[in-house]
Amino acid sequence: MEINTGDTAWVLASAALVLFMTPGLALFYGGMVRSKSVLNMMIMSFAAMGTIAVSWVLWGYSEAFGESWNGLIGNPFQHFGLDGLLGDRIFGTIPAAAFVAFQSVFAIIAVALISGAIADRAKFGAWTIFTVVWATVVYFPVAHWVFAFDGFAAEKGGWIANQLKAIDFAGGTAIHINAGAAGLALALVLGKRVGFGKEPMRPHNLTLVMLGAGILWFGWFGFNAGSALGANGTAAIAWVNTLAATGAAMLGWLLVEKMRDGHPTTLGAASGVVAGLVAITPACSALTPVGSVVLGILAGAACAYAVGLKFRLGYDDSLDVVGVHLVGGLVGTIGVGFLASKSAPAGVDGLFYGGGVDQLWRQTVGALAVLAFSFIATYVIGLALEKTIGFRLEREAEIAGIDLQEHAESGYDLGGYTGGRFGGTAVPSPASSTKTTEEISA
Amino acid sequence: MKLVTAIIKPHQLDQVKEALEAYGISGMTVSEASGYGRQRGHSEVYRGAEYTVDFVPKVRVEVLVDDIDASSVVDVILKTAQTGRIGDGKIWTVPVEEVVRVRTGERGIEAL
Repeated sequence: MEINTGDTAWVLASAALVLFMTPGLALFYGGMVRSKSVLNMMIMSFAAMGTIAVSWVLWGYSEAFGESWNGLIGNPFQHFGLDGLLGDRIFGTIPAAAFVAFQSVFAIIAVALISGAIADRAKFGAWTIFTVVWATVVYFPVAHWVFAFDGFAAEKGGWIANQLKAIDFAGGTAIHINAGAAGLALALVLGKRVGFGKEPMRPHNLTLVMLGAGILWFGWFGFNAGSALGANGTAAIAWVNTLAATGAAMLGWLLVEKMRDGHPTTLGAASGVVAGLVAITPACSALTPVGSVVLGILAGAACAYAVGLKFRLGYDDSLDVVGVHLVGGLVGTIGVGFLASKSAPAGVDGLFYGGGVDQLWRQTVGALAVLAFSFIATYVIGLALEKTIGFRLEREAEIAGIDLQEHAESGYDLGGYTGGRFGGTAVPSPASSTKTTEEISA
Repeated sequence: MKLVTAIIKPHQLDQVKEALEAYGISGMTVSEASGYGRQRGHSEVYRGAEYTVDFVPKVRVEVLVDDIDASSVVDVILKTAQTGRIGDGKIWTVPVEEVVRVRTGERGIEAL
């Protein structure tokens, strides 16, 4: 095959769209925490952009898309440092490096998603190490299971894609169920925030949350439509389904709030958007637009109820990574087994379209396998870090605010006695700014 | 001299300020405050979790006045800050021993 320039342009643009989702996620999460931990929340996402970008080009790509060992893991040494992919290698109709770029940003956001489960209380150094270990032990292998098709990047690919043949177009299992289960495991390892369930922990800035949700939706078109790996009809259908399901999910969430709590909220709208995006991710090539609307409403309503579980079950999944990503991912992945239609590009009928339970059990096995593996592996990694270098922040530091403790910064300087128009009581030390000190003494 | 302190609803502030100016009061101190009386707080719901917010935003207006003006100033604030609904606030008056204008060193009534 030859390089198709249209396909290549779309995949590269999609890769940039998906990278933009991670700063969007930083805003989405950052607005939801209290003002004393907004910076730590945001840098947790940015840290993943650093560590995963590096580990991806060194061994991550090869581990996910190198020659398969029994469908479980790629050979991490085959393309170490992207060896052998820089020349004229072509995958499908695009340069190999374009595929490397597109898949790299999936790995980044998968890792960043987990951070919401452990807001306000994770040592930054331990988190940074966790991102690399988790990607290496959990994400790269699972990406291999789900995204590595036989004969595309390597002769043999992963077991979910090729043997089980579960449909996961853009990563409902590999990204969302995976990150959701990992978030649950880490929330259990680190324990509850000080005051969880007793003190109010209100979102400090819902305008940031809305902005972040908007950026996520925008970037998600690259995530889903880009996963067609070409500028073609499949990409277009995936785009339309991503719009329809997400709109429906937002409405579904708002409707639950209106009936249950009396008021539709902005946080509910933003959360509904993300729930819909998560659910349509595995399904966007397999459903009709009408099927997508149905899936979206179900996902929005299901997640709106699921976020309340943590209070009843007593685990502190702070920003509802479980309630939105794990539950939304399950609704979408298993929903394909019910709602898939032959008229969509994937060409499979689900239970409701007369296809029987064949696709349904494949979807369920794929979803549960990723859930179980991710939860167990993450629990072990988290516990190992907690027992060795310590993962959980000290109690006093958490109460004072993780931004000050871990980064020596505060998110907002809105005047008053700490600065702003009164000049402030803080004087720069000679070490940080000699010039200003001279001016002050003069 | 007396210090008149009024806790009022934030959106009544402009009316109160204008009425005090019209009465002839030449200065006041305003600060944001929060609290509750019989009104209690209100509740907010985030992702289905209900939080009770006890402290409601209010504005505190402080005016230093001569003894003879005190009760009229209270009346002026009362008339303009009153909406008749719960949460309208409170006004109180306390005696003040000494007032000094920092710029000139004037004391007592001269400093008002």
